Amino acid sequence: MNSLVFLVPLALLLGAAALGAFFWSLKSGQYDDLDGAAERILMDDDQE
Amino acid sequence: MSCCAPGVEAAASSAACSPEEVRLASRDLGDGLYQTDLSVPAMHCAACIQAVERCLGRLPGVEHARVNLSTKRASVKWRGEAAPSMIEALDGIGYQAHLFEPGDDKGDPELSRLVRALGVAGFCSMNIMLLSVSVWSGADADTRQAFHWISAALALVALAYSGRVFFRSAWSVLKNGRTNMDVPISIGISLAFGLSLYDTLHHGEHAYFDAATTLVFFLLIGRTLDHVMREKARAAVRGLVRLSPRGATVQRADGSRDYLPVAEIEPGMRVLLVAGDRVPVDGTVANGVSDLDCAIATGESAPSRVESGMAVRAGTLNLTGPLAVTVTARAESSFLAEMVRLMEAAEGGRARYRRLADRAARLYSPVVHATALLTFVGWMLATGDWHRAVGIAIAVLIITCPCALGLAVPIVQVIAARRLFENGIMVKDGSGIERLAEVDTVAFDKTGTLTSGKPRLLNAPSLDPEALGLAASLAMHSRHPQSRALASAGTERGLAGIGFSEIAERPGLGIEGRRGKALYRLGRADWALTGDRDGAAGGTVLSRDGAMVAAFAFEDMLRSGGYEAVDALREAGLKVEIVSGDREPAVAETAARVGIDTYAGAMLPGAKVARLKALAAAGHRVLMVGDGLNDAPALAAAHVSMAPATAADIGRNAADFVFLHESLDAVPTAFAVVRQASRLVRQNFALAVAYNAVALPIAIAGYVTPLVAAIAMSLSSLLVVANALRLKAGRTAKPANSARPGRSAASSHPPASSRPPASSKPLATVR
Repeated sequence: MNSLVFLVPLALLLGAAALGAFFWSLKSGQYDDLDGAAERILMDDDQE
Repeated sequence: MSCCAPGVEAAASSAACSPEEVRLASRDLGDGLYQTDLSVPAMHCAACIQAVERCLGRLPGVEHARVNLSTKRASVKWRGEAAPSMIEALDGIGYQAHLFEPGDDKGDPELSRLVRALGVAGFCSMNIMLLSVSVWSGADADTRQAFHWISAALALVALAYSGRVFFRSAWSVLKNGRTNMDVPISIGISLAFGLSLYDTLHHGEHAYFDAATTLVFFLLIGRTLDHVMREKARAAVRGLVRLSPRGATVQRADGSRDYLPVAEIEPGMRVLLVAGDRVPVDGTVANGVSDLDCAIATGESAPSRVESGMAVRAGTLNLTGPLAVTVTARAESSFLAEMVRLMEAAEGGRARYRRLADRAARLYSPVVHATALLTFVGWMLATGDWHRAVGIAIAVLIITCPCALGLAVPIVQVIAARRLFENGIMVKDGSGIERLAEVDTVAFDKTGTLTSGKPRLLNAPSLDPEALGLAASLAMHSRHPQSRALASAGTERGLAGIGFSEIAERPGLGIEGRRGKALYRLGRADWALTGDRDGAAGGTVLSRDGAMVAAFAFEDMLRSGGYEAVDALREAGLKVEIVSGDREPAVAETAARVGIDTYAGAMLPGAKVARLKALAAAGHRVLMVGDGLNDAPALAAAHVSMAPATAADIGRNAADFVFLHESLDAVPTAFAVVRQASRLVRQNFALAVAYNAVALPIAIAGYVTPLVAAIAMSLSSLLVVANALRLKAGRTAKPANSARPGRSAASSHPPASSRPPASSKPLATVR
């Protein structure tokens, strides 16, 4: 029971952090072009 | 055909845009920076992305170019006085590009709202489920109590944030005195949350927080998929070539010229059109002679000659000579606008259509509510324990909550839309799939739908190769459809490329050129032949110094797969007919070629609508397939409609389905897919009903614990999803050359525009 006192909030915190990361990636447009992202990995040079 | 030919190129390239038009279509980002969105439908792989971004990035004035492959768009930020010649540059490396709608802000707020709601619901429901598993496996009273409180907090977040989607929709229909699927959902989750909170306060043993949030999570998945499907199709359709002009060059009284947007063109102004321009508004020709391609506007397949004093309609394409047109009507009262009005008048039937899920909900929600209420009353009378009665009534509400039902339709439709997409068919929304499955009659337009709208040289094999070579070489200098057909026939045989001097196009007549001393003329017989003023020979001829060299015969080419498509439709038990605006003999001829008995020609747009209305009144459900401006009202009036990608803008917007490939077999393919989809939807409903038949008595008897509810709900949802995945129709075999090319493939890319423009080969039979 004692371990639960900090393990459960910790688990929730980690989950919330992941949720926050998801929101951030959504907002910064990382899901706008999923097909493009899949193809861009095949390019070997990223310099303009 | 290589990997990068998705078939959209069937929508042949429009004339290049002037820098003014590009500027008009750009968004001013302030600080001298402009953003232009281009639609580049031929982009397909990593090499394409790189080629397009590099090409655009190198242009002077361009600051940044970024490709979005999912939407097949490139957005370019540039500064400077004049717009960089982006479309021409892309054309040069083999990618056709068109301007994308201006002012169309990127992003889809509704989708990101749904995805965020989905994320929160997923986070909360999974954590609650985790806590619930410990409770179910026998946590002691203190731990259970603590876990219930944490669950309550998480559930509150999920309901307040993610549940809004349902609450808002339920409230908006309740306000209007109607009901939909969201009403029982909203009541179910709110009551479940309320009772669980009450139980937690009173140290109860069971809480339904997990059921309430899992329900929200599952239903949001269905909702989001539904939305993604619609948005994807809409984006794809919007990205197609725009066929109505954005503006036109206006000549002022003082001789100065201005490029004005269509909306600012007033009657009395004089608009200058070069060959290749579309007529922006109705008017009369003030000066010049040319041929107009009216196929999109009226359905007539043969170009018509116009000269000074004749009326021209908005939407027609100027083919051969420059024209000065005096505007007689504003854009709102032009031919195009008249079509829009007819469309609005015709649209009644479709607006009344209620989607299957809503119809099911109408039957379903009263039953659910009545059952829950009766259960409550029954337990109240039997035991007098109100807490227990409410608990069981809520269990009934949750167990019958249309979780499976909410997924039953969208999941099948998403998979069906995906299959159609793979076959180059875009679906506007799910109701189109439902409506297409009910159709028993198919009405085709002729020009541009059954036929490709492009003439094909009929007698090429019997011609003297030398004469064909001469004619093809001359024809290469003209935009006239027959010239293009000749040029491509010559190019295919490697005959074109003979040099002429003093080539001149005589609008409305033909094209002439000198070779040595001899004057060659290609065009109307009565103009090319000196001895034949009465036009007895007719048709199109090549002459040398007025003497006949060769005569050419053309036919309006059938769209590939036309015959097979009509055959397949009839085999599927559908009645097929033609409604066309073209001349009766031309329609009769096409009808005979594809084997359709019922046809009507010379129909005005209103007549087409009337014909569809008559069919509907006789109890038929009609699919209209058409492409022209004149078809748009009929497309709106039909039970469901389909248009090729080459259709006029408003026709495409009115249609429920848009097919991108050249071949007409899109129509039978769509039928095969939607019919199987509707079978699967019915099966899914049956599964949901069967599930309720089993689960409901258990719930009414009071044996449903939160654990049972969670298992039952998840199982029924999984079952429905698994059943939807069985949709096989329209599954395409992967093309043999679909292997992803590495960088080296960049050079072997299809220069889409270097293909002969009016090639008679079917352009997009990749399969």
